[in-house]
Amino acid sequence: MSLTQEELVYLKNELKRQPNEVELSIVEAEWSEHCSYKSSKPFLKLLPTQGKRVLVGPGYDAGVLDVGNGYVITVHIESHNHPSAVEPYGGAATGVGGVIRDILSMGTRPIAVLDALRFGNIEKDSHARWLFKHVVRGIADYGNCIGIPTVGGEVEFDSSFENYCLVDVASVGIGKTEDIITTNADREDYVVLAGGSTGRDGIHGASFASKALEAENRSAVQIPDPFLEKLLIEATIDAINVKCVKAVKDLGGGGLSCCLSETADKVRKGIEVDIAKMHVREHGMTPAELMISESQERMLYIADKAHLEQLISILNKYEISYSIIGKVQDHGNLVVKYNSNLVATMPASLVANAPLANRNAKRPRYIDELATVKKPSQPSDLNTILLKMLSNPTIASKRWVYQQYDHEVGVRTVVKPGHAGASVLKLDNGKFLAIKLDGNCKHCYLDPYYGSMGCFAEACRNVINVGAEPIGMVDHLQFGNPEDPEIFWAFTEALKGVSDYSKAMNIPCVGGKVSFYNESNKGPIKPSPVIGVLGLIDDMSWIRTSMVREDDTLFIIGSTKDEMGGSEYYEYIHGIVGGNVPKVDPVYDSRIMQTVLNLIGNKLVNAAHDCSKGGLAVTVAEMCILGNVGAKIDLSKVPNECSRKDELLFSESHSRFILSIEKDKISKVTSMLEDSSVPYGIIGKVQGNSIIFSKNSSVVDISIDKAEDAWVNMIEELVEHG
Amino acid sequence: MKIGIIVFPGSNCDKDIHHVLRNVLHVDTDLLWHRRDNLQGYGAIVLPGGFAYGDRLRAGVIAAFSPVMKEVKRLANEGTPILGVCNGFQILVESGLLPGALMKNNSLKFICRWTNITVESNRTPFTHALKPKQQLRIPVANQEGRYYADPKTIETLENNNQIVFKYHNDDPNGSINGIAGISNEQGNVVGMMPHPERASESILSPFGSDDAVLIFKSLLSYLDEQR
Repeated sequence: MSLTQEELVYLKNELKRQPNEVELSIVEAEWSEHCSYKSSKPFLKLLPTQGKRVLVGPGYDAGVLDVGNGYVITVHIESHNHPSAVEPYGGAATGVGGVIRDILSMGTRPIAVLDALRFGNIEKDSHARWLFKHVVRGIADYGNCIGIPTVGGEVEFDSSFENYCLVDVASVGIGKTEDIITTNADREDYVVLAGGSTGRDGIHGASFASKALEAENRSAVQIPDPFLEKLLIEATIDAINVKCVKAVKDLGGGGLSCCLSETADKVRKGIEVDIAKMHVREHGMTPAELMISESQERMLYIADKAHLEQLISILNKYEISYSIIGKVQDHGNLVVKYNSNLVATMPASLVANAPLANRNAKRPRYIDELATVKKPSQPSDLNTILLKMLSNPTIASKRWVYQQYDHEVGVRTVVKPGHAGASVLKLDNGKFLAIKLDGNCKHCYLDPYYGSMGCFAEACRNVINVGAEPIGMVDHLQFGNPEDPEIFWAFTEALKGVSDYSKAMNIPCVGGKVSFYNESNKGPIKPSPVIGVLGLIDDMSWIRTSMVREDDTLFIIGSTKDEMGGSEYYEYIHGIVGGNVPKVDPVYDSRIMQTVLNLIGNKLVNAAHDCSKGGLAVTVAEMCILGNVGAKIDLSKVPNECSRKDELLFSESHSRFILSIEKDKISKVTSMLEDSSVPYGIIGKVQGNSIIFSKNSSVVDISIDKAEDAWVNMIEELVEHG
Repeated sequence: MKIGIIVFPGSNCDKDIHHVLRNVLHVDTDLLWHRRDNLQGYGAIVLPGGFAYGDRLRAGVIAAFSPVMKEVKRLANEGTPILGVCNGFQILVESGLLPGALMKNNSLKFICRWTNITVESNRTPFTHALKPKQQLRIPVANQEGRYYADPKTIETLENNNQIVFKYHNDDPNGSINGIAGISNEQGNVVGMMPHPERASESILSPFGSDDAVLIFKSLLSYLDEQR
């Protein structure tokens, strides 16, 4: 039993009687943190959710953004952390399946998947390697089979994820504005459950995800069937095209309990079902088990009498099993029968709206203790340091990951993973969509406010890199146990950081997720918000990658500061956790981003890449590796507030871009930069076979081949041969 | 003359090929559900990539028994051009229309990336507008793409000019002799692992190339000549 004493009393008072066993199971699932957001709900109101393109914001299965010409895109992000930590293959695969069905529930066709993954130290920890390998395989096998390209993402490694992992999956859908389903239902409409049969897999999944991970509970992990998911996708799209369904809802956390209560609550009606009619995969399941099973690949459809037959014939075409389990009623109750026996009856709004939990927040002592640290002594051999930084698994190429994903199916992927800051997809209205997920647990641990604001800013820079204007965001806020005031404080700070930036930049939040209780026997994870930003590109000629061209001149935009806290350089090279985290000034940041976007829009830029993890040195090296050509950089030309060369190279200050500019465009670029009064420097040239940084004398000089070797092969070496 | 694309449960490149034929090449093309037993009126048939029946049992093996395959076999024997891409190639092999087998890649992993293939035979409807040894930039995306056949079959394939495409110094699968695509003896049935529909528009290519559109253009000019 995971309901608290107060929740039980509240339930009894509302029902004016004792709830029975089945009712308790239903409520327990729906009032779990995972399904109810009872800790976070009051704070989520801080996020701005309105915007000129927002048709549907948070609160639905997916956010809906108008991209013009009668088309919309939908987006949603989910995580499957607990299941993946126990059973990485099935946990990650079913995570993909779940978020895809959310996109489907809005009446749109899923066209892309992205994933943000976090693991322990894969260099030292063989369990972390095992989790990593099988999570990637799970995502690959599922996404590849259903024919939805996995187009991007990010991977971060940190020892706070030891014995655990974070698996966040985002999906994007496309549809026509007129086809969007916002759920409606009328009395006597039919409730149809279709797809996978219901079994005992995933029992108590939502409750399992709402506690710290103490013991492995494999039976709470669901079993993936991507083939069935693919059939459900096609059947649902067919049903939407012929307009025979009034509501579509996927069954996820909390199973039928959550699905029915949330649907009934949304349409302000009641739903009466007979769960003995459900198609099941094992006999002898109790009513409670039927109601809370999280068996995968299940969808709920509501169709009126006139269209039921049409829906059934579509399901038959795809040979999808279904059960007509009940009808919509006006009384507002969730009524569950098993044959003729009434097993549960409660107001749907009561079930769907858990009493809020009051959580205390307290600023942890470590925040101030770690704010200042003694600077490490500067290494004499910065060549070795840069090579080590490039082979740092968090920074190294993720080719081993994305080559296992079919990232091209759908013939939309214009900018593919590994080529630029964000992936770019061709839309049906002739425009292009850029999307990127970003997170940084090291910054967020030391300063959850600026850390999470920084993740948001980084994701924006990444879509700007490819020439897109940010139009919306989704957030996934992941923390440990919210009952711990220090963890809850980090959550509130992170949310403030995200919402302050969102307001300042006028980028609305269109969806998101909060995931608490991310703890293992090794303790809580570092705060890990992941921000997804979507950007729109009107004109194909604006699209840019990170690939530099020989003889181009390199510009840096933005100032480099002594902000080394949480940097990969401090943590990976020196083992220092602490220092001042890079801050974001949204006004200045906005000016920089607008300037870069203008330069790209005016076709003055050959390649653009922002500075983030690993700083300037890593950004330049990555651009050179992609372009297969060297560069000569004069560090004294970099606008900065640093006192040391290593800080210039590796500081992770925000609001910085490196632009590769053709010779005859330099004067035009320079005058535009002067006009917008942003700090910039003309720092060097793309040439030769070496990456060279100098400041009066040589600071770094490594060959492209060596840099590429370090950057490209590290992850494969570790996972395949480590 | 219309082109038909067979859609099996779990096919997922059907719409992509449809897009190239219809929107890029402006050809009358239909998507055909696998339950039909009549393919009259179609001048050429494409079996698309994907995971028909979720690759259960073995890639392509269940789809080979789909109702429509009887008709595909009839058309194959009549000389109708038939192209199987990726999973479509696997289905052609499993249904006995092409020899050999497609085994798990040497890497034991799914691999999605661009490579180069060379045209080894231009006597098929899908390559007749191409030159021998012409190189095409094209991506693969498969887990069971390693072409295998016994030495005698390979010898026959080589002697009969049935090897249509080979990987050019960069075989992601580990196929015998770097084989990327083969044909039947008559040359009208072709199976290939790489995805021509993903390499037919310059906007989708990291090199700005659209080399593989020539495979579809070959078919169209072949169909024109037949009329």
